[in-house]
Amino acid sequence: MTSTPQTLAIEADGLTKAYGELTVLDALHLQVERGAVFALLGPNGAGKTTTVRILTTLTRATAGRARVAGHDIVAERSRVRRAISLTGQFVAIDEKQSGEENLRMMGRLRGLSRAAARRRAIELLERFDLTDAAHRRTETYSGGMRRRLDLASGLVGDPEVVFLDEPTTGLDPRSRMELWQLVRELARSGSTIFLTTQYLEEADRLANRIGLVDNGRLVAQGTADELKARVSGHRLDLTAVDPSAYLRIVQRTENTSRRLHHIPETLTIGLPTDGSAAGVRALLDEADPDRCDLLRFSVHQATLDDVFLTLTGKEPQHV
Amino acid sequence: MSDVLGGLGHATTMAGRSIRISGRNLDALISSMVLPVMLMLVFVYLFGGAIETGTDYVTYVVPGILILCASFGGATTAMGVSEDMKGGIIDRFRSLDVGGTSILAGHVAASTLRNLASTVLVLTVGLLIGFQPSATVSGWLAAAGLLIAFLVAISWLSAAFGLLARTPEAAGGFTFFMTFLPYPSSAFVPIDTMPTWLHGFADHQPVTSLIESLRGLLLDEPVGTAPWTALTWCAGILLVAVGLSGALFKVRTR
Repeated sequence: MTSTPQTLAIEADGLTKAYGELTVLDALHLQVERGAVFALLGPNGAGKTTTVRILTTLTRATAGRARVAGHDIVAERSRVRRAISLTGQFVAIDEKQSGEENLRMMGRLRGLSRAAARRRAIELLERFDLTDAAHRRTETYSGGMRRRLDLASGLVGDPEVVFLDEPTTGLDPRSRMELWQLVRELARSGSTIFLTTQYLEEADRLANRIGLVDNGRLVAQGTADELKARVSGHRLDLTAVDPSAYLRIVQRTENTSRRLHHIPETLTIGLPTDGSAAGVRALLDEADPDRCDLLRFSVHQATLDDVFLTLTGKEPQHV
Repeated sequence: MSDVLGGLGHATTMAGRSIRISGRNLDALISSMVLPVMLMLVFVYLFGGAIETGTDYVTYVVPGILILCASFGGATTAMGVSEDMKGGIIDRFRSLDVGGTSILAGHVAASTLRNLASTVLVLTVGLLIGFQPSATVSGWLAAAGLLIAFLVAISWLSAAFGLLARTPEAAGGFTFFMTFLPYPSSAFVPIDTMPTWLHGFADHQPVTSLIESLRGLLLDEPVGTAPWTALTWCAGILLVAVGLSGALFKVRTR
């Protein structure tokens, strides 16, 4: 990568977080260019939230360094805080205040004058389609409306870098689509966005770069296409004739950190392949040398799920 | 310097927030208003007849009730702080570079105002049922000053309890000991009617000097050094509470 520090919105170098014996983040390196949308993708407990909390200065790393918006997260904490916004996993708005009051309060805390805070609040309510609910207490809002207001609260100060920690967790499909749309608009307006998600589809749709994190380690980083290319490009799905045949096939392909999935219920096993005739033929021979256990097979383009499974050994969640 | 000003600005905004939220938390507001009045009526009309204080009992007990009602307000404050720490909003405030002191100061300001309101209510009802103060203007001012000092100190202590407890319910419970403190003092009965072993504590605990001062100032009687002792207690409690809450805030947000 040829990026100079000036073009980087986030650069993390060996970030580590340990609680006593337990290491929750292990020497994380990553770089996010200005204006990019970066998704940190991983299962629950992978270290996503810890990463966000360290980069947003809320938690101190045990080791390692990072710069956000050009400022060191420890030495220049206040400067980092002024340049970022955080929308966390839990909705962070006051239920007993109206939408407008919440936004005006955030504006005042950002250092806007009373009048400017009011103007900004009205503007954001309009943009997030909350004008009609502006004067209602947020305890009367739906889940989607709360999330939108939460996101809007983070944008009061025109942050350079926007952190979104699992922004769509717990949302119904429609609210999720609306939120995706808002994130895309935000990206178009030039903000750098760092989001975490356990949903592949979300990372695939929103981000130009994706970091795969598992057990506190960044296991892969790249564009969705680059990541998909890492698992040979194709997947061979095998279906066994009966449960005992299925078990035999599983045994024969045992040495596979490469096995992508196996589903006893449907007697199917997925194996990575380059998709060439020779490669597929060799795999079929390995799985079923006596040619009596296999019912049928099919070859597919690899998906991000396969990448995830190959690199982490875990099923990702689906939207 | 700009940090101090920024902190003040944040604290003002946070106070506005807490005051607005208090006003909308009707159940808590009503109970913190009504409970002290009810207690005063209970003491004056149910227990008062049996208690010999040398003066009209209502006149004896009103200063004590004023202090008791300050202690009651603490539960709401502790719960408010605990509620904030539990939700995501504390991270949002911190990511806006709002310091822990500003956040707590907001709660303390609202708490002091709430308590002041219930104090005025208790005093009004007290006057209606026969409390007869004979204070001079400077006596009233001094009493008000002392009361405010106590309210600020105890509010900040409640905020610290809010940080100490892991759930809002527990936070409310932690303030129980503050509501208990006025009982073994001269608030409701003269100390010399208590068992001898209790005198040492009752004579020297913070609430007694405060009540003696309020009583003396409101009835225009000599107070001696009691107000200074009371002020020293308030300052001490405030110092401990600010220090404790600062440390707890760091621990909770690590």
